[in-house]
Amino acid sequence: MTTLTIHRAGPAMTVQDLGREGYLSIGLPRGGTADRKAICESAALLGQSPDHAVIEMAGMGGVFSVSQPTRISLTGAPMRATMGDRTLAWNASHLLMPEDRLTIGPALSGVYGYIGFGGGIATDLVMGSRSTHLTCGIGALLEIGATLPLGPDRNADRVGMILPTDNRFEGGTIRYINGPQTALFDDATCARFTQTEFIRDPAANRQGVKLNGSGTGFATADQLNILSDAIQPGDIQMTGDGVPFVLLPECQTVGGYPRIGTVIPQDIPKVAQAPAGAKIQFTCITREDALSSYQSPAGLTRDLSALCKPLIRDPAQMADLLSYQLISGMITGWDA
Amino acid sequence: MMPLPEILPFGLDAVLVRFEATMSDQANRAALGFAAHIRNSTLPFIEVSSTLASVTLRFDPLAVGLDEITALLQQHLRTHDWGAVALPSGRKLWRVPTCYGGDHGPQLAEAAELAGLSTEAAIDALGVSRVRVLTIGFAPGLPYLGTLPPEWNIPRQTALTPKVPAGALVVAIRQFVVFANASPTGWRWIGQTALPLFDPKRSPASLFSPADEVIFTPVSETAFATARTTPFGGATWEDVE
Repeated sequence: MTTLTIHRAGPAMTVQDLGREGYLSIGLPRGGTADRKAICESAALLGQSPDHAVIEMAGMGGVFSVSQPTRISLTGAPMRATMGDRTLAWNASHLLMPEDRLTIGPALSGVYGYIGFGGGIATDLVMGSRSTHLTCGIGALLEIGATLPLGPDRNADRVGMILPTDNRFEGGTIRYINGPQTALFDDATCARFTQTEFIRDPAANRQGVKLNGSGTGFATADQLNILSDAIQPGDIQMTGDGVPFVLLPECQTVGGYPRIGTVIPQDIPKVAQAPAGAKIQFTCITREDALSSYQSPAGLTRDLSALCKPLIRDPAQMADLLSYQLISGMITGWDA
Repeated sequence: MMPLPEILPFGLDAVLVRFEATMSDQANRAALGFAAHIRNSTLPFIEVSSTLASVTLRFDPLAVGLDEITALLQQHLRTHDWGAVALPSGRKLWRVPTCYGGDHGPQLAEAAELAGLSTEAAIDALGVSRVRVLTIGFAPGLPYLGTLPPEWNIPRQTALTPKVPAGALVVAIRQFVVFANASPTGWRWIGQTALPLFDPKRSPASLFSPADEVIFTPVSETAFATARTTPFGGATWEDVE
């Protein structure tokens, strides 16, 4: 069995997958990657399903090696990645040999970077998922010296691919739809909400992101007497003083603060990846508009697979040219 | 008969059926009963979960439209008076050894006073109250239990108690909460249990299920020390009905 060894670890590295569904009734939120698009990009680059677990690195990477030649993908927030004296392209897949050390530095923009592996990380499933969920006592931070099992790689020929990057690492306009509590906010407050430019506060984690605006908050008339009700990732919750928090995959399942709406699933990665100080503005769209660009993780992975291109590198820099297969098939391999 | 509840779109992949906007025992029974009804149906929901007075129903928005979901739910909502249906079957009644007052519940006297009772009378009343798991949330396995008699409609504190231990029994607004982990709380800490509420490696991971019933039986400090070393914190259960 191939193993991954961690020689250095950033302060917030965890194993994540798409999370665990079906436990809302016992108060356990879905969890999973803060940036769902990044795990789909990883799956597309590696030609496997998005169910494969990855390493999520918040802000800072680490140093890694493998026991057998292993395909890796680097997705999410761009980070400085090197193998020996070579700089590795981000949003791309590479071959990591047992003698190599993969070094991932700090995020250059965005927050959450990801390393995917051909075959995925094969730690034990807990309640149907490999996702670490620290506040719920599931899994642990990855630390120096940890060794993780990798699953069998069924698509080992597909390596050296790259995907176009997008601009989800610097804040920007976030789309949301109205929700069960939008009516608690008067029209003027809703209008002011979409006109306000917010700054992402340093306070953020996998539960949610705090946003600061200038001027008064966005409270409702009876802010503190709302019956606790179901909440979900993407909800824009106004705390006691009317300061917005956007909830992320590890948010609680029940909350008592009013919510002006829900960020659409497609834009949650953009919220999670907005670094401290990034500007964020909201725009309210209809459910129909939101649905028109919505995709399941499998659907998104399929579309991203079609965008993968062979990674072209300067042959003069490629001491190990023969170990690379420069043109790989475009077949995804897992959904055929 | 309760009015037909609102069906509200909730994100792209869920609807919320809200029986009432305020908490009542009837609204909670309706939520528990309707959630069980839908779970036992063949309707196209991925997940059904009830909170205090509402039900969240998740579906695949690429497979089924909101209009269709709403029509199906309306059809099912009309079949019963949900505030009057029997609670779902398969529930358990739990008896939980609980050490009230003292270091195990430093705010018992304060809570009793707010309820207009002596400390002893409060223990007697709470210790025989058969409460229902209204919902589970805030943390995995953490139960909200009720509904206590009206004198227990005591407010939350204005300031938070910085930390109560795992297993702490707290009270406010005619409800109990038992904490799964050490937590801050605005509710008053009146007793201590040794319940292992959530264990991801156990099946089922949550000790309690929504609609289970619980009696927090008063025990002495000595008996509680024994309960702490007993499986399930000394809690015993029987099937209801």
